[in-house]
Amino acid sequence: MAKPKTIIEKIWDQKVVHEETGKPDLIYIDFHLIHEVTSPQAFEGLRLTNRKVRRPDLTFATMDHNVPTINRDNVKDEISKKQMDTLQDNCKEFGVELADMFHPDQGIVHIIGPQLGLTQPGKTIVCGDSHTSTHGAFGAIAFGIGTSEVEHVFATQTLWQERPKTLNVKVEGELGYGVTAKDLILAIIAKYGVRMGNGHIVEYTGEAIRNMTMEERMTVCNMSIEAGARAGLISPDETTVEFLKGKRYAPKGEDFTKASEEWLALATDDGAEYDQTLTIDASQVEPQVTWGTNPGMGAPVSGRTPVIKEQEDQTGTKAALEYMGLEENVPMQDIQVDHIFIGSCTNARLPDLRSAANIVKGKKVKDNIKSAIIVPGSFLVKNQAEEEGLDQIFIDAGFEWRNAGCSACLGMNDDIIPPKGRCASTSNRNFEGRQGNEARTHLVSPEMAAATAIEGRFVDVRDYA
Amino acid sequence: MEAIQKHTGLVYPMKRDNVDTDQIIPKQFLKRIERTGFGQFLFYHWRFDNDGNKRKDFDMNDAKYDDASILIAGENFGCGSSREHAPWSLLDYGFRIIIAPSFADIFYNNSFKNGLVPIEISEAQVKEWQEEAETGQLTLTVDLMEKKITDQHGKKIDFEMPEYRRENIMNGWDDIALTLQLEDKISNYEKSAL
Ligand code: SF4
Repeated sequence: MAKPKTIIEKIWDQKVVHEETGKPDLIYIDFHLIHEVTSPQAFEGLRLTNRKVRRPDLTFATMDHNVPTINRDNVKDEISKKQMDTLQDNCKEFGVELADMFHPDQGIVHIIGPQLGLTQPGKTIVCGDSHTSTHGAFGAIAFGIGTSEVEHVFATQTLWQERPKTLNVKVEGELGYGVTAKDLILAIIAKYGVRMGNGHIVEYTGEAIRNMTMEERMTVCNMSIEAGARAGLISPDETTVEFLKGKRYAPKGEDFTKASEEWLALATDDGAEYDQTLTIDASQVEPQVTWGTNPGMGAPVSGRTPVIKEQEDQTGTKAALEYMGLEENVPMQDIQVDHIFIGSCTNARLPDLRSAANIVKGKKVKDNIKSAIIVPGSFLVKNQAEEEGLDQIFIDAGFEWRNAGCSACLGMNDDIIPPKGRCASTSNRNFEGRQGNEARTHLVSPEMAAATAIEGRFVDVRDYA
Repeated sequence: MEAIQKHTGLVYPMKRDNVDTDQIIPKQFLKRIERTGFGQFLFYHWRFDNDGNKRKDFDMNDAKYDDASILIAGENFGCGSSREHAPWSLLDYGFRIIIAPSFADIFYNNSFKNGLVPIEISEAQVKEWQEEAETGQLTLTVDLMEKKITDQHGKKIDFEMPEYRRENIMNGWDDIALTLQLEDKISNYEKSAL
């Protein structure tokens, strides 16, 4: 019998266009997503060298990082506008399909790929954005690239990539009541650190992962990059197939049946070996809140901020607490919050909004909260949520209901957390200044963000009903 | 991209782990559609206060580092986003070499594509040179041909770097042109696999 293989090896082997000793492999790229921020210099490079986009049919563009979430008709920021206009012109010139700001398919790149069925198992997917790992939830090898590589994919539809090492993150047992996929991935990063996955592609396995919906799997894979991994994925199963059935760009009829068989066959074989394996017990995971300035600096909501040990200065506990305006050793639940952001490619899909709405229904955002915004991940998510009346629940509770985009996840548009403002955010990065200069970000699940909005401070969502 | 075989320069020590790309180049400066002109925004919120004045308590602002072209940092330098604006801003500011015990994958990759040389050496050696660099007088010579770094006292250490990357950066090759020499293979792959 052939040697058992991981899904990572199976996909990789199918994609090698050229190999040579002492060099990385040249691998084929099946799908390339682009957006306004990391593509202009790549298009410019093509123009300067008289090159074309080799496969515009495998390329899809949207606007997300910069777009306003209110008053779209009038983009006031001239430079943002120029960047978006440039994308429009470039897509036209090079024949790339674009879902612009007003298009019904518009949304955060990593939300629209899956929702259109463009993201499929077994594909290699790249985008000039590190959270491309999201698409790995479908059993695809999906990773972020820089602008030079964007240009390389434009011109050649390939990339030089070193065969990755494989890391199995095995999640045993079940997540408890009120504990979400977001808490799980934050707990994994808090436990194993922001360098856990350097040089590796992570496969998430185990019971808790198998029981997850596709949306939850996307949340987990999304944050692989925060654990330092090049990519993260999950072997396809019936849940994957069900999700893709009927999606616009998924195969149809008999083709779908055939494709599903191929997809399921990609799953990691029993007995396949990984370069490394780490395990985590899902039943031990509690709702998480980060206290510091990288996603590994987190604690269970029942916990406290860390105690500073002077020797570990370089890891930055002290500097992080200082930046965050927090004392050492204080209960997480004593921390008051000023801003709430529910959005981003990590947590702005329909089920995320449903769970948050469930918590705030019939309640009011606490007085000390200065802003509370809900930014759906895509136009489609927004429309679906509105059909279900979620928008009204949020508005009644005192939230603002916005249009789709990256928004306060990185604050490139006007959705910025002010200096020293403290935000409970469902996004993925709590770096210094990420949400705005001197802004203080605490990463949480949508449920936790919703409960925090109501209480004005962090609370254990499990006690909250 | 500019080829680089050997470089001698003054060292600026950044004694931090996990320096992320949001620090290297904050997002409000990602809106340009050119590759140039990012140096002024490098480490913006560390270098400047809210009124745009240089922060005295940030040592990179010290005149003794004005000519630095080698940065020595802690673990996992360049983690976070895939923005190539990070190497662009470091280069534009005047850095040619970044030395650290480890780098985040995408940053490492992006650097080579632009002729910014990331070099991994032991943490102990990083610490030793960081200490000395605080005088503002440490110069290092990085020789890519020999894969050696020498300090001004003659201390020499070896470093490793994937061969193909070393070759590319020493020659300043255009990756895409190299790949397009394999155009036939790409076409064949497309015919057979798709
Ligand atoms: S939502 Fe945030 S993390 Fe996701 S693509 Fe947009 S900016 Fe990046």
